[in-house]
Amino acid sequence: MSAVDPNKESTRRTLVGLMEDKPGVLSHVTNLFRRRNYNIESLSVGHSEIPGISRMTVVVNGDDAVVEQVIKQLYKIVNVLKVTDIDDPTAVMRELALIKVHAAPAARAEIKQLVDIFRASIIDVALESLTIEISGTEDKVDSLIAMVRPYGIKELTRTGRIAMARGNTTTSVNKQINN
Amino acid sequence: MKLNGAQILWECLMREGVDVFFGITGGTVMPLYHELSNYSIRSITMRHEQAAAHAADGYARATGKVGVCLATSGPGATNLVTGIANAQMDSSSVVAITGQVASGVLGTDFFQEVDITGITMPITKHNYLVTSVNDLAQAVREAFHLASTGRPGAVLLDISKDAQQGVTEFAYPESVNLPGYKPHVHGNARQIRQAAEMINHAHRPLVIAGRGVIIANAFDELLALVEQAQLPVVTSLLGKSGLPETHPLCLGMGGMHGESYANLAMQNADLIIGIGSRFDDRLTSSAETFAPNAKIIHVDIDPAEIGKRVRVDLPVVGDARNVLRELVKMVHKADHTSWLEQIREWREETRTHDILQNECDGLQPQYVINQLWEVTKGHALMVSDVGQNQMWEAQYYRHLRPGGLITSGGLGTMGFGLPAAIGAAVGCPQENVWLVAGDGGFQMTLQEMATIMQEGIPIKMAILNNGFLGMVRQWQELFYQGNYTGTPILGPDFAKLAEAYGVRGMTVVNSSDVRAAIEQANAYPGPVLIDFRVEREQNVFPIVPVGQPIDNMIRRPIRKA
Ligand SMILES: Cc1ncc(C[n+]2csc(CCOP(=O)(O)OP(=O)(O)O)c2C)c(N)n1
Ligand SMILES: [Mg+2]
Repeated sequence: MSAVDPNKESTRRTLVGLMEDKPGVLSHVTNLFRRRNYNIESLSVGHSEIPGISRMTVVVNGDDAVVEQVIKQLYKIVNVLKVTDIDDPTAVMRELALIKVHAAPAARAEIKQLVDIFRASIIDVALESLTIEISGTEDKVDSLIAMVRPYGIKELTRTGRIAMARGNTTTSVNKQINN
Repeated sequence: MKLNGAQILWECLMREGVDVFFGITGGTVMPLYHELSNYSIRSITMRHEQAAAHAADGYARATGKVGVCLATSGPGATNLVTGIANAQMDSSSVVAITGQVASGVLGTDFFQEVDITGITMPITKHNYLVTSVNDLAQAVREAFHLASTGRPGAVLLDISKDAQQGVTEFAYPESVNLPGYKPHVHGNARQIRQAAEMINHAHRPLVIAGRGVIIANAFDELLALVEQAQLPVVTSLLGKSGLPETHPLCLGMGGMHGESYANLAMQNADLIIGIGSRFDDRLTSSAETFAPNAKIIHVDIDPAEIGKRVRVDLPVVGDARNVLRELVKMVHKADHTSWLEQIREWREETRTHDILQNECDGLQPQYVINQLWEVTKGHALMVSDVGQNQMWEAQYYRHLRPGGLITSGGLGTMGFGLPAAIGAAVGCPQENVWLVAGDGGFQMTLQEMATIMQEGIPIKMAILNNGFLGMVRQWQELFYQGNYTGTPILGPDFAKLAEAYGVRGMTVVNSSDVRAAIEQANAYPGPVLIDFRVEREQNVFPIVPVGQPIDNMIRRPIRKA
């Protein structure tokens, strides 16, 4: 199945965190990674299901001891409510990318074919370029990028990984908010 | 009741039990100072904001209450930074209050605007930028809660000038709303039982006591435990004065400059029970070679400390006092005769290296501390600065007053001593406060002698004057081929300088005058400075070279009598 490509190397782990959406919290989190010398591959932050609480997904490089420290240090940030190591093979991990490729009229059909194979979509067409939207695992995104690179990538942006456990398991806040 | 922000701040501080703060005024805190006259809170004007932060820190350590410092925006705020970092590193309850430019001009590089919440983010437990009077009371309430609970630390409150001037209905918040902050104060019962089990089965157990014991006020509990099971105790520098240091089970400070028997005990133990210590590198040296034969139990209120530096076999997250109380109930009486005998032998051997037992010429700094200890009988509230003077204090002053040593451990901030002593003396006016400082560190904050005089603070200052940035000179001697670059320092005539400030000044050059000078100073009702012209190139031994196993010590040279 395309979605599941759990990263088997113990050195890359995915953490999901919930934090109060207050000024400075995100900068506190990123500051922590820098200051403690943690190696972060990606960090992605947005709203969660609860108003006032944001959710982040962090991909961190490190062994068990490092990951344990990262989790504990994150918890020390007063506005961080919950952190879970979501690194189980069944978790859903996704990334979104937008790729603007150089597309001379002759190449369009080929590119369109690639996009279909990857179940990506073309979201903008211009005289000399196409913009592709793809979501999937990093591997899938990587592969499509590799495939279209020969045509000439004019612009590329990736969101970094977001993750969620499958089934009924949730990462949500068990503490009372706004008591 | 409608109040302005300045009044709200003072109202909140009164309710938090604050009766004194250390600060320096300036443009963005003028509304605060303006309202102060209506509140019975003592304002102590320092001569530098760094000193204000250290004074708040010293006050907090001496009293167990929250220490408060206050500074204006911009340079006032940045001057606090060292003091804030120092307090945070040593888990000292400090609330630092800064003025900030009005919220309307924030972010425009306004006159004396600095992003102090950004700057202090990595050196505070938490911080607040308050830009509306409506948020002020809640922020103050939370700041005090955070600074004083769990693992204590420094919290900064940056209050914009318009928030100080704005008016709102004042209600003191009933509670804090910090869903992400729930310190674990009670240890897990199963883990405590397991810890007792491990202690009961150990043959060579050793307690390592850190500042957590002092913060938690766990003096009696620690003593009860170690007496019950006859557990010898090594302390970290900041753990000193966590138990009476003349107690036979107390081995004093371990680590880079620990006594050899303390370090040998750590390396030969089969069980180490760390209590409120973060197993700092100055205590353990290389973590890989630390206590190779020991299982390690780590009791700490901060889960992030567990497993951070040394491997841990059993974690117990909780307040030291709570955990020790439970633990003592389950720990069997024991005598550990052969282990204690072994330690006694190491101790005897160490005595042959004791400089006080050997004849030497000149005025020895160790002797000065020894005499200070004898005269004050171990009961003074000691504050030390940083460097060799700090290590000699740690080696030769055996504290009997619980929490009787205040020193900068984690950050090692030269210049901490004098202002911290001011804070300690203000917090504990009935106590005999003695400062031990080097000639270098003292010169970093000596302007505070003016504060001493203005406020009538009768602290005693002992300068171990060696004409060097001594600790660094020692490293140059031992590890940099004696290349004394940047370490020789000239100082003023400290006694004269003291007199210029209105402080009584004395100079001691001969060993034979040490005792009398200390006795005189000790009996004198006002502040006194004694300039001890000690041997210039004395070294602190033992010393463990950086990165070496902690029992790999360069010992004190044995001099022939
Ligand atoms: C603010 C600060 N700057 C520099 C240092 C580095 N340092 C550590 S000990 C020391 C020498 C201290 O000299 P002095 O105060 O005379 O004390 P001594 O070691 O001579 O007793 C220095 C420079 C420091 N710890 N703190
Ligand atoms: Mg010196």
